[in-house]
Amino acid sequence: MDQGQFITAPNAADTRSVAAAIRRSQARERLRSFALAMPLLTLLLLSFGIPIAILLSRAVYDPTIANALPLTGAAMQSWSGNGIPEDKTLEALAADLKASQQNGNLSEFAKGLNARLPGARSHILKTARALDKEGVADTVSVIKSMPFWTSPGTWATIVRGRHALTSFYLLSAVDLRWNADGSIERVPPEQAIFLRVFARTFLMAATVTLATLVLGFPLAYLISSVPKTLGAILIVAVLLPFWTSILVRTAAWTVLLQKFGLVNDVLLWLGVTGTRLDLMYSRLGLVIAMTHIQLPFTLLPIYSVMRTIQPSQMRAAYSLGGRPLTSFLRVYLPQVVPGIMAGCLLTFILCLGYYITPALIGGAGDQLISNFIANYVNVELNWEMAAALSFILLVFTMGLYAVFARMLGLDRLKPV
Amino acid sequence: MMVAHTNRQFETLAAKGVSHAEPDRFVEFVDVEKSYDGCSFAVTRLNMHVAKGEFLTLLGPSGSGKTTTLNMLAGFERPTNGSIMLDGQSVDRRPPYERNIGMVFQNYALFPHMTVEENVGFPLSVRKFSKADVTARVHKALDMIQLRKFGDRRPGQLSGGQQQRVALARALVFEPSLVLMDEPLGALDKKLREHMQLEIKQLHSMLGVTIVYVTHDQSEALTMSDRVAVFNNGGIAQIGTPDNLYKKPESPFVASFIGENNTLEGIVEQVSGHVCQVALRGGGLLRATPIDIGTQGTSCQVAIRPECIRIAAAADEENDFEATVEGRIYLGDHLRLLARLDNGQLLSVKVGPETITTEAQRIRLGWSHTECRAFPAQQ
Ligand SMILES: Nc1ncnc2c1ncn2[C@@H]1O[C@H](COP(=O)(O)OP(=O)(O)O)[C@@H](O)[C@H]1O
Ligand SMILES: [Mg+2]
Repeated sequence: MDQGQFITAPNAADTRSVAAAIRRSQARERLRSFALAMPLLTLLLLSFGIPIAILLSRAVYDPTIANALPLTGAAMQSWSGNGIPEDKTLEALAADLKASQQNGNLSEFAKGLNARLPGARSHILKTARALDKEGVADTVSVIKSMPFWTSPGTWATIVRGRHALTSFYLLSAVDLRWNADGSIERVPPEQAIFLRVFARTFLMAATVTLATLVLGFPLAYLISSVPKTLGAILIVAVLLPFWTSILVRTAAWTVLLQKFGLVNDVLLWLGVTGTRLDLMYSRLGLVIAMTHIQLPFTLLPIYSVMRTIQPSQMRAAYSLGGRPLTSFLRVYLPQVVPGIMAGCLLTFILCLGYYITPALIGGAGDQLISNFIANYVNVELNWEMAAALSFILLVFTMGLYAVFARMLGLDRLKPV
Repeated sequence: MMVAHTNRQFETLAAKGVSHAEPDRFVEFVDVEKSYDGCSFAVTRLNMHVAKGEFLTLLGPSGSGKTTTLNMLAGFERPTNGSIMLDGQSVDRRPPYERNIGMVFQNYALFPHMTVEENVGFPLSVRKFSKADVTARVHKALDMIQLRKFGDRRPGQLSGGQQQRVALARALVFEPSLVLMDEPLGALDKKLREHMQLEIKQLHSMLGVTIVYVTHDQSEALTMSDRVAVFNNGGIAQIGTPDNLYKKPESPFVASFIGENNTLEGIVEQVSGHVCQVALRGGGLLRATPIDIGTQGTSCQVAIRPECIRIAAAADEENDFEATVEGRIYLGDHLRLLARLDNGQLLSVKVGPETITTEAQRIRLGWSHTECRAFPAQQ
């Protein structure tokens, strides 16, 4: 008994010190790996992480109204929020508008309010002009004479815009808005566009993913089962499109898909169709072009997994009495699943961000969410809306990835 | 319902067990040839049969056509010419999944995504055995290889020897009457290999299955087999019991491939019945057992095993040579002497460990004509 304690006590201490030593050496190891990855991490953070964070923050941070209406904001503190604010607020508004006019910030404010309240720009510019006239003493009555300023909707918007932090853009990105009595509602159907575009984007990504899988799986199987030299030639053929930019490939498709282009010629010659199809500016043409561009992304992970499956696996299944279909389904396919998952996920996520191809080949009704984001960035200069749409897309994508990873065992991607 | 189902399974198993041919021709290769590329043959004019319950080993150097032969029997490759009979019926048109032949592969070919139990249960479940039946048989098979408690593991979590045993259980669990093994122990270390040899041998005698076993390891072939077919260049060089092959090789290839052999070169001097006289290169006469050798004046080579050579005190042996000890290798249970004959040719001699010799010592070596065999010289 005594002896037993005598023996176990030092052992326990030994175990502890060994464990501590292992932890120490692992910590050193981690530090070392971290140091090795440091330069890349810094570059990514500076050139990628921070800019994205800044851009995305614009989806919820918009100080335009707060900056343009400092006096109004202060005067509104005591307002109950019902109907039209008191006269001192209207006076402050007039002062703010004049100040903006003088330091040249008026058009920016007008644009900012217009984004939240369509049509507001012209009213603001008109008000500023009226206030600017010589000899206007009673600014309050000037403002009160305009129906725009006596509408409760206008003031509800200004109250919400008084804070630099706003949920307006994020709600808009999913076709929602604050209504006058402070609850969230759907925007009227004629204004609702984004949910439909998101749905279209996901549907398009799913269609293209499925098409690449249907085309890519048999091809990957073929390449992995032919002799090595032929397999190498086929792989080069698959990779060939990678050597030209996506813009060039898209441009090539715009030529091929013309009404009197090669694809229509071939379809007609084969007798598949009786008349020439409108492939350009159509959903079908877009699917064809995107499938072509995405095929290698789906195929390569599948191929790389298939290559590692030894021929003896199927032979073993046959010799054990498995018929070809049974053997394929129970022995071959389960081992390829990680490759299918990786390839499909890659293509699906890349498809969610397609921009050039839909812009050039798709019709007006085939534009994907990236086209809208680009439009807000390049044409409308409404970066807040662009940021909000990007944010929603990012959340959707990451959520989807998490679901895929959980449900289909992405951890199986790591080599066995 | 379940019982009826199981009975039907038994009936089909039993039906397959009914022999249509003589029991010693359970498997038969008739003039089988195989060419992969259409110009060279991987297997040529192969005639061979395997008896029911026999343990036949295909032994030969790498590239001699052993795997090709096995694959044709399993149904993975089709013979270019000839035909293969299984139980008196030609199987040339029968796909592998209808041959009911168990196979153990060199790399085990276990299914990595299935547990050990699922692997072993695979041949049963594809045969539509009931769940309970599958479980019972799988447990019995795992007990047989003493891996019952590893049933839930995946192959990747087992050692090489354990994987090998699982592959074995999987090939035996559906009670095939014929099991093929292609270098099944090639990846194991020596100790484990010897252990597994015994285990396979025990399973063979316990279950009474017919086994066709491929190896390039001659000692493995000799210890395990009822008969050994020595392959060379796509054909059988010699087929027989291990004892027969060891003692009576019919070609210099077999003589040197199986066990160790000294080769002495010379010219045929005289052939009379079961004895011939050979004039050795460098001088000296020798009496040997002639095997297909040519007439007087043709060159030949004489094979003699190291353990057949004795150190003699006097010139009382049929063949008697003086030699000088050039080297001594101590191997624990015996001693290996390298002795240079006076005609310049070198012999390896196996003697007891207590034999007292020193380097450069002159010794007298002797053996009889029945212990050495003269073959035509190889080109
Ligand atoms: N699938 C194949 N395609 C072409 N040649 C092959 C193939 N398999 C084997 N061979 C050739 O056939 C000969 C015999 O090979 P194999 O039966 O594998 O010999 P072993 O198993 O005795 O080492 C070799 O020359 C080999 O190169
Ligand atoms: Mg082989």
